[in-house]
Amino acid sequence: MIVRSKRRGLVAVLAVALLLVAVLGMVAVGCGGNNVAAGSTTTAAASTSTTGTSTSVGATTTSAVGLKAELNGAGATFPQPVYVEWIGAFQQIQPDVKINYQGVGSGAGIQQFTQQTVDFGASDAFMKPDEITAAEAARAGAKVIHIPTVFGAIVLAYNLPGVEGLKLDSDAVANIFLGKITKWDDPAIKALNPDAKLPSTAIQTVHRSDSSGTTNAFTSYLAAVNADWKAGPGAGKEIKWTGGVGGKGNDGVAAVVKQTEGAIGYVELAYATQNKMTMADVKNKSGKFITPSLESTSAAAEGIQIPEDMNLLPLVSDSANPQAYPIVTSTYVLAYDKMPDAGKAAALKAFLTWALGDDGTAIATQLGYAPLPSALKDAALQKVALIGS
Amino acid sequence: MTAEVQVVDGPEVTSRLDNWAGARATSGAGLRGTRPGARRLLRDRSMTFLIVASVVLTLVPVIWILAQILMKGGSAMSWTFLTHSTPFSMMKQGGGFLNGLIGTAIMVVLASVVSIPLGILGAVYVVEYGKGNWLAKLIRFFSDVMTGVPSIFVGVFVYTALVVKFKYGAIMGAASLALIMMPIIVRSSEEMLKLVPSELKDASHALGAAKWQTITKVVLPSAAPGLTTGAMLAVARAAGETAPLIMTALGSLQLVTKLAGSPISSLTLLILNGAGQAFEAAQARAWAGALELLVIVLVFTVLARVFASRSRLTR
Amino acid sequence: MGPSDSSSSILSADRWKRKGAGRGADSLFAFLAGGCGVLVLLALAYMVISTTRTALPAFRAEGLSFVTGSNWDPSNGSYQILPFIYGTVVTSVIALILAVPMSVGVALFLTEYAPKWLRAPIEYAVDLLAAVPSVVYGLWGLWVVLPYVLRPVSDFLARYLGFVPIFAGPSTGLSYFAAGIILSIMITPIITSLSREIFRSVPSADRHAAYALGATRWEMIKEAVLPRSRGGVVGATMLGLGRALGETIVVAMLIGNNPVINLSIFKPGGSIAGAIANGWGEATGIQISALVGAGVVLFVITIIVNMVARAIVYRFNRA
Repeated sequence: MIVRSKRRGLVAVLAVALLLVAVLGMVAVGCGGNNVAAGSTTTAAASTSTTGTSTSVGATTTSAVGLKAELNGAGATFPQPVYVEWIGAFQQIQPDVKINYQGVGSGAGIQQFTQQTVDFGASDAFMKPDEITAAEAARAGAKVIHIPTVFGAIVLAYNLPGVEGLKLDSDAVANIFLGKITKWDDPAIKALNPDAKLPSTAIQTVHRSDSSGTTNAFTSYLAAVNADWKAGPGAGKEIKWTGGVGGKGNDGVAAVVKQTEGAIGYVELAYATQNKMTMADVKNKSGKFITPSLESTSAAAEGIQIPEDMNLLPLVSDSANPQAYPIVTSTYVLAYDKMPDAGKAAALKAFLTWALGDDGTAIATQLGYAPLPSALKDAALQKVALIGS
Repeated sequence: MTAEVQVVDGPEVTSRLDNWAGARATSGAGLRGTRPGARRLLRDRSMTFLIVASVVLTLVPVIWILAQILMKGGSAMSWTFLTHSTPFSMMKQGGGFLNGLIGTAIMVVLASVVSIPLGILGAVYVVEYGKGNWLAKLIRFFSDVMTGVPSIFVGVFVYTALVVKFKYGAIMGAASLALIMMPIIVRSSEEMLKLVPSELKDASHALGAAKWQTITKVVLPSAAPGLTTGAMLAVARAAGETAPLIMTALGSLQLVTKLAGSPISSLTLLILNGAGQAFEAAQARAWAGALELLVIVLVFTVLARVFASRSRLTR
Repeated sequence: MGPSDSSSSILSADRWKRKGAGRGADSLFAFLAGGCGVLVLLALAYMVISTTRTALPAFRAEGLSFVTGSNWDPSNGSYQILPFIYGTVVTSVIALILAVPMSVGVALFLTEYAPKWLRAPIEYAVDLLAAVPSVVYGLWGLWVVLPYVLRPVSDFLARYLGFVPIFAGPSTGLSYFAAGIILSIMITPIITSLSREIFRSVPSADRHAAYALGATRWEMIKEAVLPRSRGGVVGATMLGLGRALGETIVVAMLIGNNPVINLSIFKPGGSIAGAIANGWGEATGIQISALVGAGVVLFVITIIVNMVARAIVYRFNRA
């Protein structure tokens, strides 16, 4: 009878569904809880770096034994690989501190931090004055703290078969992205690269379509070094670009650059290295053409006058240091000095203290990010101590 | 009455009609002495060609996507992948998407449990009871309007309405998915219910059945395959959505089973995250996750269709 | 379908009477169905109304130029979304032009042409297209379709038909066309599976009648199947269009996100969903209003299209 078979069918579907849920539940309880173990039983090299330094870690975090908390953070995508790796390593030391970090973009990170939907935020861009006001208004009596964590370089990746080590200076970069230089064999580029065989292909610029701290650092640099840029598009996480296409995320930009002959776009150093993209050498303030690398990035952060509020970008961008790569970005963890939950405050403090220590630094360099120089690190640790005070 | 067809010069046309369409075009009387003229035959053959070509063209992306997913994700797929959570690393290999699987399962099930019954019964009201009154018109109007809503927009709405007060959670994610699913289910169910021949309903009434009995025992079983199709399209859509979940569930590195108050992951969020990473290990995991999601949704769809077809009243 | 003994056969009137066929149950069920309808209505209406209210400041600030102006420059206080409207409409139109013939063709194949053993595999293959998450479509489009299919096709078309404005110029890869093609593949399973149900519901008597009168298969389809199915197929197409209008991730990845109106489909543009997705993280105050307003405009577009579709169906059914 139709009805009976339909009923049986429904019962069967329900039974299968319940069975699946039960199986998943058992699997979750049984195996899923060991996600940390799963991650650490692989790649021997990485796991030894965390277990091998456990003795020194114990020394720095003796006061933080046996913490228990759940923390949620969201923000910049640039430092996401480092933060995720840090969280994993830290969770092995403090298994009851469950931290979650999601890369949603610097802008969204600031927004969610302000709206109190996350415990800490992360942004490549220093918060603007009105953003800071709004965030401090959202939590009575609290002040916003910017804690720098790592530095990175923003490289100009390009697609010109047969042309290696392209040299560009700040005006060339600005004019390319302003649309004033439209062909690769333009005299301005030729002057910088007398020996290169530059084709007459049209230049296709690629920028980020999403609100991005990487864009902010890149455009801040351009605004600082080029008057036309400052008067025109200016600096910001999202600006009005002249022409070009917008790719979503670093991978979107990379995809277009890789597929389009004559394309040039800006991506993070770590991304360009991992994907073996050709990068341009950029002329820095001292007049030298610098190849982007960890060393040249760190050089930009050396010997700067550390500001109280930690607004570092104006100081590290276009650095005067002759070894420094000119287009660098700092990135911050955003926190309040007053946190309603003491357990969360203690956990966050312990995590950041550990991350800025030797173990965290080792992980960062392994992933391709430049750690803070020691003076800056001490200043950052002082900021961390303000959390939950 | 079989092969007594007297079609001059065209036995293959008739026999193919027999075999393919199963139609017994053999009633002799009309066909004796008629054969389609050359132009009609040409039109018939060229349309057949076009239709077969469209099938082939549609199958190309199917095979291509499947090949791409298998190629890129096959290396990371393993039993470990299915049973372990994300490793806290973009560069290390291993680990899996269990936290995403649980998140997707929780949110899609929650959303379906709410939107499928509501949607189908709402469509029942519009077709059977509403008969063009103001409520039915309004339901239809808003369902129409909402079929085209961008999924990020739903996410934005649920974020500002709920997440800011109650924080991220599986229920928030499910709410945004349900808002996306409901218009699809209402609209498609409305079309499918309209297909039920009125003779069936009249016959049922003629036998003394009450209206609700007609609906539950005749209309719904008759429309079951179509209703299932609509529901499965909605479920597949919900399982594959990413943008609204970014704003309502946020995503999580941890394995979360709580329904509210804690951000939770989903397979789609993990795929989006992993695919955009620089490191190969993370990318491979993302494609393996895509394969996992694809298989789960496909299996579920197939199962649902099989069970629904058992209750078909006709054929 | 089971034994047809007198006590349980559908033809037996006793069966209905035995199972509590009270008229009271009837109103209860009517109430239940109506209640569900009301709940659906409330949820959807609340969303539409609340978001429209959020969007009002932007409408007031810009007036009509909100939808007729092309200057989207939030940092300078200009919120005009015509480029996004244009991009959304163009990509959806491309998607429909490509998808509807394909989908209807596949649906016809499944119901009229395919031998029984071929039906299930093709149905599942189409279901597979529905099961692919949108992220994967975006990635596949970006890394696979863009270089190997779109570029050659658009270069070819640009070279030979480049004098036509919509095909002009060198392709930038990320473009309306790229987004449109992937969207068309995404909406195919929706239109196909629903159309298939609709074609299947045509009674075989009508088909046999056509054959009995000497029709070829295509003529049978044209005379017996398609006329009664127009309304349903239009409905299925509207659902597919809805998906195309509402898709966020794929379009954001493939359209190039340039807030300008480009006539050529091979050039980049912007879409409403993409604008919301990209701009949300940065938006404050009136920009939030503007983005939400863009979504509301999309509601209006959907209403208009659906009304036109229903009018067309009405005209067909009367004729």
